[in-house]
Amino acid sequence: MNKLTSVQDLNALRAKLVADRNAIKKSVSVCLGTGCRAYPSAAVADAFAEQVKKHGLEKDIVIRRTGCHGFCERGPMAMIFPEKICYFQIKVEDVPEIVERSLVNDEVVDRLLFEDEATGKRIAQQHEIPFYKLQNQIVLGNNILIDPKSIDDYIALGGYSALAKALSDMDPIGVLQEVKKADLRGRGGGGFPAGIKWETTRNAPGEPKYVIVNADEGDPGAYMDQAVLEGNPHSVLEGLILGAYAMGSTQGFVYVRQEYPQATQHIGIAIEEAKKYGLLGDKILGSDFNFEVMIHQGAGAFVSGESSALMTAIEGMVGEPRPKYVRTAVKGVYERPSNLNNVETWANVPLIINNGSDWFRSMGTDGSKGTKIFSLVGKVKYTGLVEVPMGLSLRQIIFDMGGGIRGGKKFKAVQTGGPSGGCIPEQYLDTPVDFDELSKMGSMMGSGGMIVMDENTCMVDVAKYFTSFLADESCGKCVPCREGLRQLKRILKKITDGNGEETDLQLIEELGGFMHDASLCALGQTATNPVMSTFKYFKDEYEAHVKDKKCPSCVCQALTTFYIDPEKCTACGMCFKQCPTDAILGDKKVVHIIEQEKCIKCGTCFNVCPTRFSAVVKIPGTTAPAPVPFGTKAKKSSKGDK
Amino acid sequence: MKDVTFKIDGSDVSVAEGTTLLEAAKSIGIQIPTLCHHQDVESAGVCRFCMVEVKKGNRTRLVASCVYPAEQGIEVQTDTEKINSVRKMILELLLPVAASGPIKALAKKYGIEKSRFEVAKEEQTHCTLCGICVRYCDQVTQEHVAGFVGRGVKRKVALMAEKGDQCVFCQKCYDLCHGGRFIEIAEGFPEIL
Repeated sequence: MNKLTSVQDLNALRAKLVADRNAIKKSVSVCLGTGCRAYPSAAVADAFAEQVKKHGLEKDIVIRRTGCHGFCERGPMAMIFPEKICYFQIKVEDVPEIVERSLVNDEVVDRLLFEDEATGKRIAQQHEIPFYKLQNQIVLGNNILIDPKSIDDYIALGGYSALAKALSDMDPIGVLQEVKKADLRGRGGGGFPAGIKWETTRNAPGEPKYVIVNADEGDPGAYMDQAVLEGNPHSVLEGLILGAYAMGSTQGFVYVRQEYPQATQHIGIAIEEAKKYGLLGDKILGSDFNFEVMIHQGAGAFVSGESSALMTAIEGMVGEPRPKYVRTAVKGVYERPSNLNNVETWANVPLIINNGSDWFRSMGTDGSKGTKIFSLVGKVKYTGLVEVPMGLSLRQIIFDMGGGIRGGKKFKAVQTGGPSGGCIPEQYLDTPVDFDELSKMGSMMGSGGMIVMDENTCMVDVAKYFTSFLADESCGKCVPCREGLRQLKRILKKITDGNGEETDLQLIEELGGFMHDASLCALGQTATNPVMSTFKYFKDEYEAHVKDKKCPSCVCQALTTFYIDPEKCTACGMCFKQCPTDAILGDKKVVHIIEQEKCIKCGTCFNVCPTRFSAVVKIPGTTAPAPVPFGTKAKKSSKGDK
Repeated sequence: MKDVTFKIDGSDVSVAEGTTLLEAAKSIGIQIPTLCHHQDVESAGVCRFCMVEVKKGNRTRLVASCVYPAEQGIEVQTDTEKINSVRKMILELLLPVAASGPIKALAKKYGIEKSRFEVAKEEQTHCTLCGICVRYCDQVTQEHVAGFVGRGVKRKVALMAEKGDQCVFCQKCYDLCHGGRFIEIAEGFPEIL
């Protein structure tokens, strides 16, 4: 690896790499993102390598171990180039057939293609699959084409050309203006315009200035930053270098959470390789611009994603927010001007420099430009990462791309923006998704988590879950956040335990307003969003818990009763045998009965009752219909189920 | 250093740039109540009891006066209905956790007969986590015996037992503590020191 000392060197290297790439007949991209690895896709990739070797095709076929392709629900997946055939749910045993038919020959293995449930048709090409159809993967798209451990792959696809363009044709102000003109808003939560933040740091007094990547993604169910950092680390790094050039910074940090070992490893390799090529260090590409990057691993705290807490952690102290009313863009790490942006924000920067701000502004809505990656999870049929232009409706994302709700259930709400976000009900499904619209609905964009909930979800229980998460993750420094969350958690537990009083509902409302106004940092100020948004849209559920002592979704055990439907019971004896408290009376050919006073509501009977009978039912509330007299003959026979 | 002029409760104030609102108010005889503030240590801005309303342009918001630096042209209100409700809520939240003399007295002053909140027995720590003891031990005596452990609702003040011998001579934290934790320790287990 020779150091590149000029833009011409980089272009020459790229020309050679592209020629090498074009000389390859076929390639396979196997997804080795964290989702697919769990299946495990590493064994699938190894099987590909082994089979290709067996056929003696090592020189003609490249096996690429790539980052996340997005459609995690159908992993492990692989794509065959140049035909761009997508195979899903590949098992190690399927690999010899794929190699034989799709790599050695030019056939398609039909059974491993995506099957459209509506039409029953098999779809070979990625962009025709409903999950991908509406996507515009400007950030995630290259994941499938590059080995994240190889800088050459990134350069072959035009990587570092934005840096070359900036260093040879643009001055730092020019880069800053382009980002500002693009209206790139921070993808990490608040949606603050990145260009304005950059300008503040650039103009703030004090040297050195720091630029930082925030990869402390800690929202439950969100993993888009992980996918970008794992799958295309150089795009983040190039964005960071461009930012440093624009702001006059010489030192950068990547703050990556310790729970992301693969992302940490890949960005580490990326930094080392960039150094070897002279894309980091002194006199980058022969210019006067010097820049270094260090990795800082977080120690596992959600609050460290908050800018001042993150910077305190970089200084080596406990990651707690600072009470100062001076922005970190002016006084951050070691009291120096420090610019912090999220992984996805940085990854957009090279694209803006290469394609221009007009191109970027052509996507999205009036107030939110470009695309956004969402992690579509929960009770939706197709889970995974989707990158869509801003302004698509929630309905398009959840139903058209995500395939709707799993198991034919009804949609109830979608939780966006992580623990500090809110739950959005059905009547707002057609709202376009952008920063401002989500805030108007009492939720937020956050970093892009999207948790879909079906009719079997209790919204009070959801609020309790997020409140408990935040009570554990709050730093505990300021009274409103610490004590407020302690009490909110306590009140919600009381309500779900069936002991709620009407005054509790008023307390929730009061605490919500108080914590929003008085907390020290954004975590505390937004910590009540899950409670307040469910309170706003699902107040009837809170009231059912408190006034009627019923959990309408039958989730809260204390407010749910189990009952055996005498019309459906076939006396199969499954529940009778497995009830841990002997609360079920039963005999051969006799309708089974639950003795309510002995029942601990563990749900075992409900789970073991064969679905073709579904005789055990959950009833909201604490009273069950009077049981039939013991000894009543079962109407149907279970036929051999005994 | 430059001076900045602004209004507190309608009166004009002029102070050096960087002065906090709390100090500025004091200079014209307005006392803003505090819990975690102590003149000998750096402000932490954690109890939020000293919150005041700041009007800057068209925007009014609540800020902690012990850390908010005075700004040219702002309008500060130190005693409004909103501020009062915030302070009452803080006291109501602290009462079940740390029902010490000073907190009880303050609550009475703000007209709180009984808190609407409760906590479990093990959460009654007699500590408001104001952190004055920790900051004093770090910044003034520089013994670094007291510190915080835990996070969120599990956060607490802990003393490093290995350094206990220094405490025998100092015991400053006893005098500083208004939550009652150290008073409780002293009454219950005088032998630990």
